[in-house]
Amino acid sequence: MLGLKSKKDTSPQKTITEISELKVTVISSVVSIIVGLLFGLVFLFIIEVIKETPDMTNPFYGFSNLMVEGFSSIRSIIKVLYKAAPLLMVGLAVGFAFKAGLFNIGATGQYTVGAFFALIAAILWQFPWWAALIVAMIAGGLWGLVPGIFKAVFNINEVITTIMLNWTALFFVNLLFYNNPGIYESRERTMNLAVANPSAILPDLGVSDSYFNIGIFIAILFAVVIFIVLERTTFGFEIKACGNNKNASVYAGIKAKRTIVYTMLISGALAGVGGGIQYLSGTVPYTVTSTTLLPMGFNGIPVALLAFSNPLGIIITSLFISYLQVGGEAMQPVYSPEMVNIITSVIIYFSAFALIVSQLIKKYMKKRLGGDEATEETDVVLDVASEEVNKISTPKTPEEGGEK
Amino acid sequence: MGDYIIEMNHIRKEFPGVVANDDITLQLKKGEIHALLGENGAGKSTLMSVLFGLYRPEKGEIRKDGEVVNIQNPNDANDLGIGMVHQHFKLVEVFTVLENIILGAEPTKYGFLTTKETREKVLELSKKFNLMVDVDAKIEDISVGMQQRVEILKMLYRENEILIFDEPTAVLTPQEIDELMKIMKNLIKEGKSILFISHKLNEIMEVSDRVTVLRKGKYIGTVDVDKTSIDQLSEMMVGRKIDSIKKNPAKKTDEVILEVNNLIVPSKLHKNNAVNNVSFQTRAGEILCVAGIEGNGQSELVYGITGLEKISSGSIILNGKDITKMSIRDRNLTGMSHIPEDRHKYGLVLDFNLGQNLALKKYFQEGFQHNGFIDFGKIKEHSEILIDLYDIRSGKRSATIARSMSGGNQQKAIIAREIDCGAKLLVAVQPTRGLDVGAIENIHKTLIKQRDQGKAVLLVSLELDEVMDISDRILVMYNGKIVAELDPKKTTPQEIGLYMVGAKVQDRFKTVGGEA
Repeated sequence: MLGLKSKKDTSPQKTITEISELKVTVISSVVSIIVGLLFGLVFLFIIEVIKETPDMTNPFYGFSNLMVEGFSSIRSIIKVLYKAAPLLMVGLAVGFAFKAGLFNIGATGQYTVGAFFALIAAILWQFPWWAALIVAMIAGGLWGLVPGIFKAVFNINEVITTIMLNWTALFFVNLLFYNNPGIYESRERTMNLAVANPSAILPDLGVSDSYFNIGIFIAILFAVVIFIVLERTTFGFEIKACGNNKNASVYAGIKAKRTIVYTMLISGALAGVGGGIQYLSGTVPYTVTSTTLLPMGFNGIPVALLAFSNPLGIIITSLFISYLQVGGEAMQPVYSPEMVNIITSVIIYFSAFALIVSQLIKKYMKKRLGGDEATEETDVVLDVASEEVNKISTPKTPEEGGEK
Repeated sequence: MGDYIIEMNHIRKEFPGVVANDDITLQLKKGEIHALLGENGAGKSTLMSVLFGLYRPEKGEIRKDGEVVNIQNPNDANDLGIGMVHQHFKLVEVFTVLENIILGAEPTKYGFLTTKETREKVLELSKKFNLMVDVDAKIEDISVGMQQRVEILKMLYRENEILIFDEPTAVLTPQEIDELMKIMKNLIKEGKSILFISHKLNEIMEVSDRVTVLRKGKYIGTVDVDKTSIDQLSEMMVGRKIDSIKKNPAKKTDEVILEVNNLIVPSKLHKNNAVNNVSFQTRAGEILCVAGIEGNGQSELVYGITGLEKISSGSIILNGKDITKMSIRDRNLTGMSHIPEDRHKYGLVLDFNLGQNLALKKYFQEGFQHNGFIDFGKIKEHSEILIDLYDIRSGKRSATIARSMSGGNQQKAIIAREIDCGAKLLVAVQPTRGLDVGAIENIHKTLIKQRDQGKAVLLVSLELDEVMDISDRILVMYNGKIVAELDPKKTTPQEIGLYMVGAKVQDRFKTVGGEA
């Protein structure tokens, strides 16, 4: 009955493939996560076997703790939500830039600058929390703007500039720290917000643990806004067009350079807000370091990759990564913190293979659907195949930064 | 039937979801030129790749001199004396001719190259087969025709008996094509056998002995050239009769749509200007064709006019407005449509769906968006109309991802979008590249219809047949300059060819800064 009226109507096939597009994404993410978890378990066994006195119960103990901890109590769930908020923001930052074809590996720098300026606003300027968050947003945005301008005007690869700006951010923040004695409690860490400016602490939700604040809700709100911007607005359309094919965008009259600059500005601002959310929670002071970059910014990369840069997906993947981190803490003391880091990294690492899994699924589906669509594709099949290979191999590089 | 040097019997090759070769039989007699005819996507290249060991067939056998052979890779093919001149030459640009010829089969003595004997051997071959080349010239300095001769010499140097020519005339001027035909006949006299892949019927008629026709991966038949006609072959190739294009004479108008004055566009490849002081006008109701060999500045001319590249000097006036400094979008809105040369690079966002691609130049207009929010319903509606109007075949209509569409339908989509803009000027660069006969016919008709509706069409084409068929006026570009303005009714492809290679320049273009 469906095909009665118009001969061009291909409804049955249409429904199959339309659903599958979303399905493939979800399935491949889930499959990757499972594979990642399995690798984590295998890895636990491997490190057990190479010990001098292997205790085969350890891997099971560790793994079950890792899996269960995140759900084990209200307290743990709250912790997962609390930790997910900044992750979500940096994930959004990375994912948003990905949509425009930009690899913002500098989320950590933008996060750092955002975090510190939030604290400056809170402690030195006595701003309330929301104003401090806006300051964080502006600071992070400016830090993202610089590589955006370099990319747009001089065509300098944003990976290089953002990496350099990561370290610049760190030392810039250290400089500001030492030059503003008003901000620090000792020469290592900033003042406790509860003492310095209680109004700058993000409002909590009145649940027993005071650190359960509105951070996660702010982050989810941002995710929804970004989703709408990307999927519903002309600006989002232009970003995605630039990301998919810059030449075609320019040809169509889109100002690609302007789009790149705006994208990096927004991406940086998102990471900056992430920093603000983390340090305005009042539970952690900013601790000076000059040897390592803050890992939070890098964790945004697997978060974004795992969700195919979909802002709504990033909400879920950031919760997942946060859940792993909370679970990882429960593996101690049997496993050292470093070991826990390695294990969660292994899981994240393999989870990021979602892209490859989705290609495999698509390939399989193509084979099964075969005949129907294939006829018109005869001459493009090879092109498509090779382009798909490229597609897999290009976003794979980000995994180098996927360390925890 | 023992006189076949190569037999490919019942070859079947599948790619996921596609049967590229379905039960194809090809028999090459010793000492003949055997043409392989078919449209793009008919399976010619796949079949040759099977013979050359690049693909393994699912079914079928290959026989050499009656014996079954197993060709696993190109080296096996080479050992059997099979050599191929690829459509895109596989030469090292910075090496000399001689170095390219011996590359991969370098003769050595105690680990050192023995170039002296090789040089003699190559010179001897080039004399014997009348293939004139300068063995010490670098590839980057010699003409395309000569590069092709180098490729042929490469095969001869390896003492190949069976020579495959993959679309050898695509890059050549008419004069060079004549030369190649002579060379091929010469090779046959010396006992070689040739497989000649082409979709140009007149060349096949001229040079080959027998033709095997493929269509959509299937074997259609093998005929003797003496006993067939162009019409019969084209029907075998396309599966139906092709109407020749009926063209009304252009309605002459004096309304100038596009005026280009002393345009200079720098080159990205070398220090000289890619477009050097070019001036011309395009009027309403005409198809103005810019002919020339690839790389003589036509692409850059279009980039300059459409705004994709910065120009160094000159002015461009569209519909009476100076657009020299306008952004690309403003140019489009002033009345310029552009069918780009490379549809994957410029024409489409391949991972967007068809609806979005059709709206690529409209999404920002009121109606398609309200306060910055895109009306996807409107985009869909708009695309559905164009899909029906231009018969764009796509599995899921406006929701089809552009990447999954065939080349012909991708091109239809671009044309639909550009014509839908309603611009007075349509710039079309190589609009039929890589398309099959049916699609080409369709596009030509569309372009002529645009002209008849009073639009100005600026067509850039490398295909002389196309230039002769549909243009009302021809400009020939050579080395960044216009060297001739011709009337297609009063000229011949041979004459255009002379201008294309720079052998002739019309007097009026000899002075610097001539007007057209």
